[in-house]
Amino acid sequence: MEQESKFGRRDFIRVAATAAAAGAAWAAAHPSSGTTVWQLDPAKCLQCGRCSTTCVLNPSAVKCVHSFEICGYCDLCGGYLQPGAKARDSGAENELCPVGALKRTFVEEPFYQYTIDEELCVGCGKCVKGCAVFGNGSLYLQVKHDVCVGCNECSIARNCPANAFQRVPVRNSYLLKTRENGGKGHK
Amino acid sequence: MKLKLLAAVFLLLGLWTVQAATEFRFPMPEFESGYKHPAMSIPPASKTSPWVDLGLLAGALALSAWSVLRLRSRRYVFLIALVSLAYFGFYRKGCVCAVGSMQNILSAFFDPGYAVPLIVSAFFLIPLLFALYFGRVFCAAVCPLGAIQEMFAIFPVQLSSAVEAVLGLFAYAYLGLSVLAVYMGAGFLICRYDPFVGFFRQGASFNMFLAGGVLLLAGVFIARPYCRFLCPYGVLLRWASRFSKWHATITPAECIQCRLCETSCPYGAIVVPTPEDRPVDQRTGARRMGRLFLAAPFIIVIAAGAGYLSHEPLARLHPTVWLAERVAGEEQGRYEEKTIDGDAFRAGKRAATELYAEAHALKERFKYASACFGAFMGLVLCGKLIRLSIVRSNKDYVVDRGACLSCARCFAYCPVEKSHAAK
Repeated sequence: MEQESKFGRRDFIRVAATAAAAGAAWAAAHPSSGTTVWQLDPAKCLQCGRCSTTCVLNPSAVKCVHSFEICGYCDLCGGYLQPGAKARDSGAENELCPVGALKRTFVEEPFYQYTIDEELCVGCGKCVKGCAVFGNGSLYLQVKHDVCVGCNECSIARNCPANAFQRVPVRNSYLLKTRENGGKGHK
Repeated sequence: MKLKLLAAVFLLLGLWTVQAATEFRFPMPEFESGYKHPAMSIPPASKTSPWVDLGLLAGALALSAWSVLRLRSRRYVFLIALVSLAYFGFYRKGCVCAVGSMQNILSAFFDPGYAVPLIVSAFFLIPLLFALYFGRVFCAAVCPLGAIQEMFAIFPVQLSSAVEAVLGLFAYAYLGLSVLAVYMGAGFLICRYDPFVGFFRQGASFNMFLAGGVLLLAGVFIARPYCRFLCPYGVLLRWASRFSKWHATITPAECIQCRLCETSCPYGAIVVPTPEDRPVDQRTGARRMGRLFLAAPFIIVIAAGAGYLSHEPLARLHPTVWLAERVAGEEQGRYEEKTIDGDAFRAGKRAATELYAEAHALKERFKYASACFGAFMGLVLCGKLIRLSIVRSNKDYVVDRGACLSCARCFAYCPVEKSHAAK
C-alpha cells in the first residue's frame, strides 16, 4: 500500500496532462459566447441553387421565406410566374417553382398574396431570383432551424460561391428582411 | 448653433428614412378590404438544451466507467452504447460530438476571433479527463461512432500485430491532416469525412454511404476499423489512457495464466506474458535501439521533405487556392464548362490578380505547414519503431492501456472472474 501512495512519474504525467487539457479547453472557450447556428445573409445570396443540392439533408434545411411586409402583392409576380408565361394564373406551365411550393391567393383587385409551402420547398432559389430581378426581393432564402441539424461544418457554407453563410447567435437566428432595414436582411 | 446642427441631422435622418421606404420597386399596397398579412414562420433553433447534452455525456461516461471498472459487465457497457447510439447518434444526428470538437478548440488557438462556447470545450475535455483516470470508457460506450461499429462486430478476427501497427499509423496521419486543415483555415476534415453521420441523419451523398457501409461491413470481421485505424480523437484518448489511474484489468484478481483470454480481444489489446527465454539477446536489442535513435533525425527530415513536396495537392484543400486554380483554368480555357464558383467570382468586385496573390501566399504557408505535417509523421513512425523495440517484461496477461477500448469482452473469458463472482 505504501508503494501506491507514492506520487510517481505516471501520476505526475497524469496530473500535468489533466492540467494541460483543462487549461487548453479553458483558454479556447469564450464563456460569454453562446451557442451559434448557421444562417445565410440574403444580401449576399446569388441564388445559385446550391442550397438545394449541397445540404446534408434532402430536402435541404434552406427554404424560401416570404417577407409579407415588403411584398408588393403584384399580380405579375416575377417569383411566381415563368418569364414569358402565357397567363397569370396557377397553371403548372406558368409557375416558376419546380415543386409547386409557392401558393398564390387572391386578396383584392389587383393584389395577390404569396405563401410558401415549406413541406414542398427544396430551397432552389428560383423564385428568389425572379423576385430579386423583377420585384421587391421579398422572397428570400433562410436556414430553417426546425429542420437544420446544425453541422459543425455546414456543407452548404463550404460550397457557397458567395460566402453568404455565417454563424449567428441562437437567440437571433434569422437574418430577416424587414421594412425597417430596407429589405437588406440585417441592420 | 447646436440647435441648427440638430435640426440638420433630423432633416437628414428624415430624408434617409423616406429614401429607405421608397427603395422598394413596388410599394406595399394599401388594402381596402382590411387585409392583414399572416405572420412569418421562423421557428427557433435548438430543440435540446446544450446542458442536457453535456449532462448526458458526463452521466454516460460515469456509468460506462462504473460498468467497466466496478460491475465488470459487458452487458451494461453494451446497453449504455445502445442508449448513446440512440441519443447522440440518431436523435442528435451525430452533431454534438467530442471527436469533431477537437477542431473547434484548435480553431480557437489558430484564429483568436473564433468563438468556442463553453459547452463545446467541455465536450472536448470531459472524455479526455475520463480517459486519464478510467481508460477509454468514452470509446467503450459513449461515442456513437464507436457504438454503431460495436453493433456490427459480430465475427471479429484478430489481426497480426504488424498489420495492426501499420494500419494504426493512418489515425496519426488523419490527425495530422485535420490539424493542418484547421491551421490553414481549410475547414473541418473530420466532420466532412465522418463515415457514419449519414446513417444517423438518414441522408448523405452516395460516396459517404459507400464509405460508411464498407467500414461497417469490414467491421463485422475487423472490429471497429474507424476507431482503431482512423479516429483522430482516438489518438488523443490513446495517449491519455496510457496514463490512466484506474484501468480495466482482464482478471479481477490474480492471473493464473490459463491463456483463455488470449483470443478474446478483437482489438489486439491483450499483451501476452514475455517468454522466459528471450528470443533476442539484450545486447542486440540495445544496438538496434541505438541505431534507431541515430536514424530518427534522418527519418524525420526525410518525412518533412516528403511533406514539403506534397504541398501542392494539400493546398487544394483550401477553398481559396482551389478557386484561384479554377478561375485561372477557366480563363485559359482549360475547362469545358464554367462553374458557379467561377461565375460568382467574376461577377464580384475582386480582381483576379488579388485572388491569385492570396492563393500564392496561402501556398507559401502550405509549404511550411506540410513540412511540419511530414515531420510529425516521421516522429510518429520513429516513436512507433522505438515502442516496438522496447522489450517489456510482464509475467501475466495484461491490457495494452492505449489500445484497449474498455469493451469488457475479455472479462467473461477469465475463469478467475467466475470464482471471484461466486464469492
